[in-house]
Amino acid sequence: MWEYTDKVKDHFLNPRNVGTIEDADGIGEVGSLACGDALTLYLKVDENEVITDAKFQTFGCASAIASSSALTELIIGRTVAEAENVSNKDIAEYLGGLPRQKMHCSVMGHEALEQAIRNYRGEAPSKAEESHHEGQLICECFGVYDEEILAAIKENNLRTVEDVTNFTKAGGGCGKCVEDIERLLAEARGEVATCETPSAPEFPAQGLTNLQRMHLIEKVIDEEIRPMLQADGGNIQLSDINGTDVFVKLLGMCSNCPSSQLTLQNVIEAKLREKVDPAITVREG
Amino acid sequence: MTIYMDNNATTRVDPAVFEEIRPYFTELYGNPSSMHKFGGQVGVKIREARERVAALLNCSPEEIIFTACGTESDNTAIRSALAAQPDKRHIITTRVEHPAILSLCKYLEKKDGYAVTYVGTDENGRLNMDELRQAIRDDTAIISVMWANNETGNLHPIEDIARLAHERGVLFHTDAVQAVGKVAIDLKKTPIDMLSLSGHKLHAPKGVGALFVRKRIPFRPYLIGGHQEGSRRAGTENTTGIIALGKACDLAREHMAEEDTQVRALRDKLENGLLKAVPDVKLNGDRDNRLPNTSNLSFGYVEGEAILLMMDQLGICASSGSACTSGSLEPSHVLRAMGVPFNFAHGSIRFSLSRFNTEEEVDFVVENLPGIIANLRKLSPFSAEKQAPACTKAFSE
Repeated sequence: MWEYTDKVKDHFLNPRNVGTIEDADGIGEVGSLACGDALTLYLKVDENEVITDAKFQTFGCASAIASSSALTELIIGRTVAEAENVSNKDIAEYLGGLPRQKMHCSVMGHEALEQAIRNYRGEAPSKAEESHHEGQLICECFGVYDEEILAAIKENNLRTVEDVTNFTKAGGGCGKCVEDIERLLAEARGEVATCETPSAPEFPAQGLTNLQRMHLIEKVIDEEIRPMLQADGGNIQLSDINGTDVFVKLLGMCSNCPSSQLTLQNVIEAKLREKVDPAITVREG
Repeated sequence: MTIYMDNNATTRVDPAVFEEIRPYFTELYGNPSSMHKFGGQVGVKIREARERVAALLNCSPEEIIFTACGTESDNTAIRSALAAQPDKRHIITTRVEHPAILSLCKYLEKKDGYAVTYVGTDENGRLNMDELRQAIRDDTAIISVMWANNETGNLHPIEDIARLAHERGVLFHTDAVQAVGKVAIDLKKTPIDMLSLSGHKLHAPKGVGALFVRKRIPFRPYLIGGHQEGSRRAGTENTTGIIALGKACDLAREHMAEEDTQVRALRDKLENGLLKAVPDVKLNGDRDNRLPNTSNLSFGYVEGEAILLMMDQLGICASSGSACTSGSLEPSHVLRAMGVPFNFAHGSIRFSLSRFNTEEEVDFVVENLPGIIANLRKLSPFSAEKQAPACTKAFSE
């Protein structure tokens, strides 16, 4: 059994501020059923930018629930600007610490807060845009991008791949991204000359005819994407291709699943961008 | 109050077992290898224990080697088979084995270059026998398949697999740690070459196990040192553990019928009560062919560790295959191998009963667990109405 502090146990057994806010001014949603933890955070903000109320709903373990409860207690009564400075370390410290393997729960709280504030400011009005990342998808199993990993490394002074997994979940699945995580750790330590701008890699589809390009998309879907979805009881059907827009239908367990948006972007789009063309956008249709 | 329903993890030492070994801690503490009578009387008791274990399995006492645990028995069996057949470089096992087998096989693959085939299962955890049959190669050294799965309780067709291995001239080992004492095992009738068992799964203490090795099967010891166990396992005997295991095997023979009727009835009452009282719950495993004491249920929209800790508040002890209880981020490899979707696997709870459980305890769990699930679902951002039709259908299967 994990060694939880009394405060973690208290916030797990008696969580504060559970529920939803119907007319919330900001909503942050992170995680998914597939990942094993998910948090939706609701904020109510007054005209002075003070967070007057915060509520949450969490699917997850004791530390995920306790972290969500602690987060709401930390931000109620603060201004949005003050709340913006609440870090995952603050959440963990408020709870008297979390087992190292559970630190990702505090990171989830921090991410939900960031999203809710962005949503409050009108920066991420739709769920689809919330999960948009500029960076590179590192961990396909848990949908973790390089920017999130680098932020966690810097904020929490992480030293090892295990640390990164504990804080971000990256590397906790198939383990294929371990080398990438090691590279990011080295980069954060300044061991790699980050000032050098590598030349843009040529994408595989460059120079292909439209027909050849369509065949390549079909091949990647058949050989790499479909088996991944089938492993979770789902499937995919290619509907249409228009330039760099790829239209697909999700089938089986993936169909209209709450995390289907994540699947579309973090799995299907990421794989097609990697294997065919970085300009590809995947849509349902 | 403690309601202990985690007997596949470990069991209570039977009071009769404890009474049997008590003098061997305090008064009869001689070394069974000593020449004097004081040690010799312990040696006699160890011989009796070996006969008792053999009687439960219907084999010869000489075919029993005492070990420290199920893991040691498993490791010894695999390593012995490989050492005795150095030209054979292939192992067959399953994706749902205990880490005592799986981790060793992965180690042998990585460090020693062995080829390993991991046979899969269907969605109920039933082994793919065609896959197993086709996996056998000329250089297959050993097939190792567990008799009963520790998480779902699924019973695998060990007699069929043993015969198949026998016909193809391949050694066959079974990890029977969960099966011994719960289902009838007759080694005279089934061509199993090696079988592992563990004391603390059948009401003996932790720290003792046994390995059955059929006569004339090539054997290479894992622990090398003194001449204990006929030079097949060196090291001064864990005398109290061995004597306890012997007594526990005696008691297991006595209680086998009860295990199959009364414990099964309690398990079914618990399982049916929960399936009826809680919406969106699913049974993992083979409903018709599993251990009489095991029930693995997945509760949709909630996470296993949270359920366990809430139950713990009421004194109910069980296990979960959720990722959060294991320190890894992936839920149980057994449930994943069965293709149980993540949303089910994360909310899985394993109840494993014993003859020490009572009807009152079952009633208490059936009465209180639905409320725990309901409370956790109130906390959850996911709910039945938010689920897609495909997911809802899967939950109600």
